[in-house]
Amino acid sequence: MNARPEPADRAGIGHETAFPDAAGHFGPYGGRFVAETLMEPLQELEAAYHKYLNDDDFLAELDDDLRHYVGRPSPLYLARRWSEQVGGAKIYLKREDLNHTGAHKVNNTVGQALLAKRMGKPRVIAETGAGQHGVASATVAARLGMSCCVYMGAEDIQRQSPNVFRMKLLGAEVRPVTSGSRTLKDALNEALRDWVANVDDTFYIIGTVAGPHPYPAMVRDFQSIIGRETRAQSLEREGRLPDALVACVGGGSNAIGMFYPFINDHDVALIGVEAAGEGVETGRHSAPLSAGTPGVLHGNRTYLMQDECGQIEETHSVSAGLDYPGVGPEHAWLKDSGRASYESVTDSEALDAFRRITRLEGIIPALESSHALAYAEKLARDMRRDQFIVVNLSGRGDKDIQTVAAIDGITL
Amino acid sequence: MGRIADRFAELAAAGRKGLITFITAGDPGVAETPALMHALVRGGADVIELGVPFSDPMADGEVIQRASERALAHGTSLDDVFAAVAAFRRDDASTPVVLMGYLNPVEHMGAERFAERAAEAGVDGVLIVDLPPEESAEVTPRLRAAGLDEIFLVAPNSPEARIRKVCAAASGFVYFVSVKGVTGSKSAVLEEIGARIELTRRFAGMPVGIGFGIRTPEAAAEAAGVADAVIVGSAIVEIIERGGTADAVADAVETFVTSLRSAIDARACAA
Repeated sequence: MNARPEPADRAGIGHETAFPDAAGHFGPYGGRFVAETLMEPLQELEAAYHKYLNDDDFLAELDDDLRHYVGRPSPLYLARRWSEQVGGAKIYLKREDLNHTGAHKVNNTVGQALLAKRMGKPRVIAETGAGQHGVASATVAARLGMSCCVYMGAEDIQRQSPNVFRMKLLGAEVRPVTSGSRTLKDALNEALRDWVANVDDTFYIIGTVAGPHPYPAMVRDFQSIIGRETRAQSLEREGRLPDALVACVGGGSNAIGMFYPFINDHDVALIGVEAAGEGVETGRHSAPLSAGTPGVLHGNRTYLMQDECGQIEETHSVSAGLDYPGVGPEHAWLKDSGRASYESVTDSEALDAFRRITRLEGIIPALESSHALAYAEKLARDMRRDQFIVVNLSGRGDKDIQTVAAIDGITL
Repeated sequence: MGRIADRFAELAAAGRKGLITFITAGDPGVAETPALMHALVRGGADVIELGVPFSDPMADGEVIQRASERALAHGTSLDDVFAAVAAFRRDDASTPVVLMGYLNPVEHMGAERFAERAAEAGVDGVLIVDLPPEESAEVTPRLRAAGLDEIFLVAPNSPEARIRKVCAAASGFVYFVSVKGVTGSKSAVLEEIGARIELTRRFAGMPVGIGFGIRTPEAAAEAAGVADAVIVGSAIVEIIERGGTADAVADAVETFVTSLRSAIDARACAA
């Protein structure tokens, strides 16, 4: 029996591990590699984050928002037909796709926006790749009456036009980023530049567990509601903890949110799935943990896709949300320490899983989440029928139907 | 003493303020970089900051971002940067050269090898924009061992405790960032930051240069009134970006730097 006592069912600060240390390091990873102008704002943010994540009023407001605005807890759904077809372990889906705005991203934006409000910042900015974090940021900004500016790579604006329109409907300004590779990493650069210039009135809502300390820990803590619920729901449904958790990893926020509350449950395998794009061997992928090397980008040390001169390489994935050359530093640490393992799945494997789950379960998953689903099939197949795994269905696929249609040669 | 200290000592003895000019190595091409460095010196630069191109220059504004992209488009590497400095050194033994860039290419080469090769090429100091003193425990001893100065930034929002910490870690000179923003953005408003610059000068125990958002001879002269040196980058890189023949670009750069120099010196004489 591997069930352990429940951690307090609230957004208390990460008590599961000693990481990060006081300077934001996860072993050799993480840290705060930024220009001097950001040091003071980051210290201010860190102080506010520590204060409010131990503040009963803040936690009550956060809990109320997650319940009544986001729609938590999200269901833990047993995918019966799919499990039967796979023919191994039972597969449960943690339905983050059912959250308001359609992905796990809103767990974090609700938290950071409440923090911004407490800190007296009337303006929020965000970077976005697939547009899910941008939409989630624009959504909470609208609700709290804050102005919102979202940086998005020009390339991504093309392939995610419905989300661009959603952000605009919500009153956000969407600024196209035309520097570098015109994708998520460049949007992050541009948002950091905006923040440097406007630190007095602006709160930067980073969407993933990357960036300088305290972002990787703070975003993890806001997202760890996913794992806490999964833990409780597993005990309720199966009377024990899952044999494995599977989640896709771009920056890694849905994965760390799922994994973190299970870190000390050593019988639960933690498996992150990166985007192998056209295949890791082709070099056209987004899988730094599988095929990258450590380096420093966007304020933290982590695994990166970089060339022989230390320049950051362009990434490739059918899913804009995984198209990022770095990964959260805690994942780098979990990989090195062996507590989590990281696999990768190609575009075509993810698309196959996307179609299969849509037909078998009546759920259209995000292309990002489809990577986790594709790996879960391989994993479950070789497991016993009395075992069970949980896949984080981190987002819904409505935003991706144009991409999939285009692959099928259909114009919508 | 190294070239940086020598140069500031000469300036102090002459009662002059320093002019530090920035260009990106490899922009427009690696072959042009040494000639442009000489043009900066002919125009009156006291110290040259040479940008090491990086794919993700998050502290730089559009002008220097584009310069980095141009340099990387033809594959400018750290090897090329060292070669350019070595070529410059063949004809200029005295002007200090400071490399300014981001940590990842340095770390990728290995801090020790980077420091040794930089020193060998004739580099005098290094400013790694995204490496605050807190994170520099690995890099600092390597730079020191190679005899390189390590320049750190102080920002307009750095509290006193941080200013002390940064000044204690720095050598060569302290780089005071005059605006909250990226390079080449809005213009600095000296009244707002005067007190912070004073604090920095008090704790530094070494020269303080002021840069970011200083784009014109007038602004340079004004900034020279509150610091030991003025740092100008984007305005020069813009001239290179406009293009033309190699000679024409070098001439235009020299002319602009001369105008900065004259304005700074005229102010010093008037004061």
